[in-house]
Amino acid sequence: MTTPLLAADRISYAYGMTPVLTDVTLSVHAGEFAALVGPNGSGKTTLLRCLVGLTAPQSGSARLFDADPTQRRHGGRLGYVPQRPALAAGLSATVEDVVSAGRLARRSWLGGRRRSDREPIDAALEAVDLLPLRRERVSRLSGGQQQRAFIARALAGEPELLVLDEPVAGLDADSQACFRRSLAGLVERGGSVLLVSHELGAVADALDRVIVLKGTVRFDGTPEELTARGVSLGVHEQDLPLWLEGVR
Amino acid sequence: MNLPLPWPFEREFMQLALVAAVVVGATAPLMGVFLVQRRMSLMGDGIGHVAFAGVAGGVLLDIWPIWSALVVSVAGALTIELLRSRGTAGGDLALAVFFYGGIAGGVVMVGLADSLDGSILSYLFGSILTVTAGDVWVVVVLGAVVAAAILVAARALFAMAVDEEWSHVAGLPVGLLNGALAVLVALTIVAAMRVVGILLVAALMVLPVASGQLLARSQVAILGWSVVIGMSAAVTGLAAARVWGLAPGGTIVLVTVVVFAVVAVGAAIVGARRRHLATGLFPIDSHSH
Repeated sequence: MTTPLLAADRISYAYGMTPVLTDVTLSVHAGEFAALVGPNGSGKTTLLRCLVGLTAPQSGSARLFDADPTQRRHGGRLGYVPQRPALAAGLSATVEDVVSAGRLARRSWLGGRRRSDREPIDAALEAVDLLPLRRERVSRLSGGQQQRAFIARALAGEPELLVLDEPVAGLDADSQACFRRSLAGLVERGGSVLLVSHELGAVADALDRVIVLKGTVRFDGTPEELTARGVSLGVHEQDLPLWLEGVR
Repeated sequence: MNLPLPWPFEREFMQLALVAAVVVGATAPLMGVFLVQRRMSLMGDGIGHVAFAGVAGGVLLDIWPIWSALVVSVAGALTIELLRSRGTAGGDLALAVFFYGGIAGGVVMVGLADSLDGSILSYLFGSILTVTAGDVWVVVVLGAVVAAAILVAARALFAMAVDEEWSHVAGLPVGLLNGALAVLVALTIVAAMRVVGILLVAALMVLPVASGQLLARSQVAILGWSVVIGMSAAVTGLAAARVWGLAPGGTIVLVTVVVFAVVAVGAAIVGARRRHLATGLFPIDSHSH
């Protein structure tokens, strides 16, 4: 068994007296397209923050590329798409400004843009269909287009593992299709994806693995195994309560 | 040394003032662009008031007020950043505490030293026409330090302005860069207080950037425009102050206000014209149906 790219080992976390994660263990290996799903309040974002090093688990441990994620020594191997940030009202930045920041994850943050950055930036913009809008202010884009710009920022760093937090929330149909293409493309090129979401929408049929979280891991297996339990993978937010009933 | 420059910059004191004003005009917006982008436009003001407490402390303790202002401003800037980043107080609340604490502490110390005279007022409102060659060197060296730091870290600072959480995960030294930015803002304020005065230095950090944001889209272009506007306002304001006998610090800042007003009106007209042209295309379409 190869060393997983990302792993949680018996992670527990509570906000005050309210536990949100209890003994969560999971891993993501090279080449996998995995989804971590669960309803709102199931602990997905807290677990994700532990896995990418934004929060230290209260007990248990997280490993990212076989290292402590809070040390952030992944050298750009991790691409991260946070929940769509609320852009500052005074923020003036073009799509290209945002996407080119992705290169900072891959190499030293000192100094200006290099000639070698151009190709991955163009490729990332193309992957999310934003080439024609590269000089547009990101604050003027629709929510879906902004989300695509943030995905392109992660892709520009040429990550081995892409972790996305609720990337499909509120995306229009065009953006969903584009989103599916760009993630499937990354996996085809040998990359791995962990998608954290309360709905799978357009990517449901492209997944290798589904992990269902509700405080603890309720299911961890292939989409086929989940279907064999009589659970539909046509997952949308409104289906989730029913869906979770099926994975007890 | 007197250079053969045309009127109104023919005298040595005007030439020293010109160098100081141009350096501050370039340096202040270089910092300010990052403050404006992260909704911390009033940080310069907050640290400026802390600097006033530093100046007053220097007067009280009989040490060079530039040094005391430098120490107190840097400490204040780092504390504001610490409060902001830890979430102990929101950015604006952290600033307000220092804003009022600084001015109150300054007033008390000035009262204790019994020295509410011209020397204190020169720090509050600037006294660019009396700057010495030594003052100019301080401004130039601090300006060079700020420019070099920005040149090196601009991309990372811009990335942090867009999304600080992402920057953490990407491995950028967010805490270090935030601290460095706060210290650079404090340095800029201390360097600029003899030029435009503590009460107006923050304006030079913000107003040229406000115009730059209307003139350009990309972060680098906004930075460029802001610096050009800051430097131009410094030269124009200084010349206007000499010609009409106005207070130079206030005149420089008023020039940036006028530039912003002109640019804002121009941008509104261009925007309306574009909308008009865009909507003007559709009636042709609607006639055809």
